[in-house]
Amino acid sequence: MTRQQSHTLAVRAITAVSVLVIVPILLVIGYVVAHGIGTVDWTFLTQPPRDGMRAGGIMPALLGTLVLAAGTAVVTLPAGIGAAIFLAEYAGDNRMTRAVRLAIVNLAGIPSIVYGLFGLGAFVLFLRFGTSIVAGALTLGIMTLPVVISTAEEAIRAVPDQFRTVSLSLGATRWQTIRHHVLPHALPGILTGIILGLGRAAGETAPILFTVAAFYLPELPRSIFDQTMALPYHLYVISTQVPGMPLGMQYGTALVLLLLVLSMTLSATLIRTRMRRRREW
Amino acid sequence: MSPKIEIRGFNFFYRDFHALIDLDLLIPRNQITALIGPSGCGKSTFLRCLNRMNDTIAGTRADGRILLDGDDIYAPDVDVTGLRQRVGMVFQRPNPFPQSIYDNVAFGPRVLGLASARSLDGIVEESLRGAAVWDDVKHRLHDPAQALNPGQQQRLCIARAIAVKPEVILMDEPCSALDPVATLRVEDLMQSLASDYTIVIVTHNMQQAARVSHQTGFFWLGRLVEFGPTGALFRAPRDPLTEAYITGRRG
Repeated sequence: MTRQQSHTLAVRAITAVSVLVIVPILLVIGYVVAHGIGTVDWTFLTQPPRDGMRAGGIMPALLGTLVLAAGTAVVTLPAGIGAAIFLAEYAGDNRMTRAVRLAIVNLAGIPSIVYGLFGLGAFVLFLRFGTSIVAGALTLGIMTLPVVISTAEEAIRAVPDQFRTVSLSLGATRWQTIRHHVLPHALPGILTGIILGLGRAAGETAPILFTVAAFYLPELPRSIFDQTMALPYHLYVISTQVPGMPLGMQYGTALVLLLLVLSMTLSATLIRTRMRRRREW
Repeated sequence: MSPKIEIRGFNFFYRDFHALIDLDLLIPRNQITALIGPSGCGKSTFLRCLNRMNDTIAGTRADGRILLDGDDIYAPDVDVTGLRQRVGMVFQRPNPFPQSIYDNVAFGPRVLGLASARSLDGIVEESLRGAAVWDDVKHRLHDPAQALNPGQQQRLCIARAIAVKPEVILMDEPCSALDPVATLRVEDLMQSLASDYTIVIVTHNMQQAARVSHQTGFFWLGRLVEFGPTGALFRAPRDPLTEAYITGRRG
C-alpha cells in the first residue's frame, strides 16, 4: 500500500466512525417519535392522568418539571454566577481557590442518586422541608452548580482584558468594571451554561426520587412545600410500576420529556452561535 | 511653579525582575513630557506606575515615592480609584467600548457620580469638543463607536479620558496604530490639551517626541539616562547613550 493509499484509507475510516456518532441519536429520537407521536395531543398535554395513569394526560408531571426547572434556576443562578465571578475576577491562585476548584470538579463527578440521598438527608429530613418542591429544587440546584460555574467562568474569562483595563483606568471600581464591561459581554455564554444545566436537571430522575417527586398526584401543588409529579419520575413509574400500561402512554411521555430537554439544548446552541456572530472584538 | 509629579528614588519589580531602577525626576505642570527609549526599557512600566495600573498585575512591587501634588500615590491609605480619576490614560490601540459613542464618554462620569442625567449631555459634548472629535460625531452620538475610523476612535478615547476631569493624562504610544494624518491631528490635540492638563506620553517615534513635548526623558534598561528640555536633549544630548539612541546607532 502506498503512502497515498493509506492516507485515503485513514480519512475514510475517520469519516465513517464520525458518521456513526449520528446514528444512535437518530435511532433514539426516531424510535421515541415513532411510538409516541400518536399519543401526544392537546389533551395529553393538558389533562391529568386517569384510570391509574393508564389514560388521560401528563399535565401535572409536565408542569411539575417546569416548576422544578425554575426552582433549580433560582437556586443555582446566584451561587453559580457568584462563584464564577469570584473565580474569574477576584481569586488569585491560592490554596482557597484550588479548594473551590477541586470541589467543583468533584461535585460534577458525584452520581445523581447520591445527590438524591443527600437531598433526602439534608433538605427533606434535617431542614424539615419534607418531600417538597423546595427540597427537590435545592438538590437539583446543587447538582447543576458545576456546569453553571464552569461555563460562566469560561465566558467571563473570554471577555478581553482591554475593557477591564480601560474601565479601571477611568477610576471605575472593580465591581463597576465587572458589572458594566464584563458581565454584559459574558451574558450569552453564562446563559448557555444555565440552559444546558437546567436541561440536564429537568431530565434527571434520581435526585428528585426521594426529595420531591409524587407517584400519583392529579391535583397541582399549591405551595413550594408541596410534592409534585415530574416527567422523568412519571415515566419511570408508568414504565415499571403500573401493570397493563399502554405503550403509547410511555413513549408519549418520553417524547415530551425528550422534546423539552432537546429544545433547551438547542436554544443554548443557538444563543452561542448568535453570540459568536455578534462579537464585536 | 511646583512640579505636578515628583518621583523620588523609585524602584519597581516584576517578581525578581528589577524593572525600574532609582528613578528621580520632576514632571512639570501643564506641559508635555515625552518618554523615549527602546522596547522593554521600562518607559511603559513607568507610565503605568503613575496611575497604579500595574497593581492589577500579580507579583509586582513598588518602592520609593511618587508624589502627585505633594501626596504620595503609593501611600497605604490612597484610594486607587480616586487616583485613576485624577490620572487618566490613553492606550496604544484605540479601544472604545463596544457601545455607542455617547456611552463611551458617559461611562466615567456615570460610575464616578460626576453628573446628573441632565448635565451628562453637557459633559459628553464638552469632552468630545475638547478632544477635537465633536464635529465628526455630533450627528451620530448613538452610533456604535466601532463605526469610527481609527483616528476618530483614538480621539474618542481621549474624550472618554478627559470626561472624568483628570489632572494628568498618560498616553502610551497613542499614535502607533494611526496613519500620519490621524497622528498629526492627535498631536495637535495634545498641544491644545497641555494648557489644561499635564501630559506624559510614551513614544517610539522620536520625531513625535521632538515635535510635541516640552521635556523628554530617555530610558535605558530600567534607568532614566537623561531628562531635560526637549530641544536641548535632541540638539545636544549629554549622555553618549542618549546620543547613540537618538541618532539611530543604538536601540
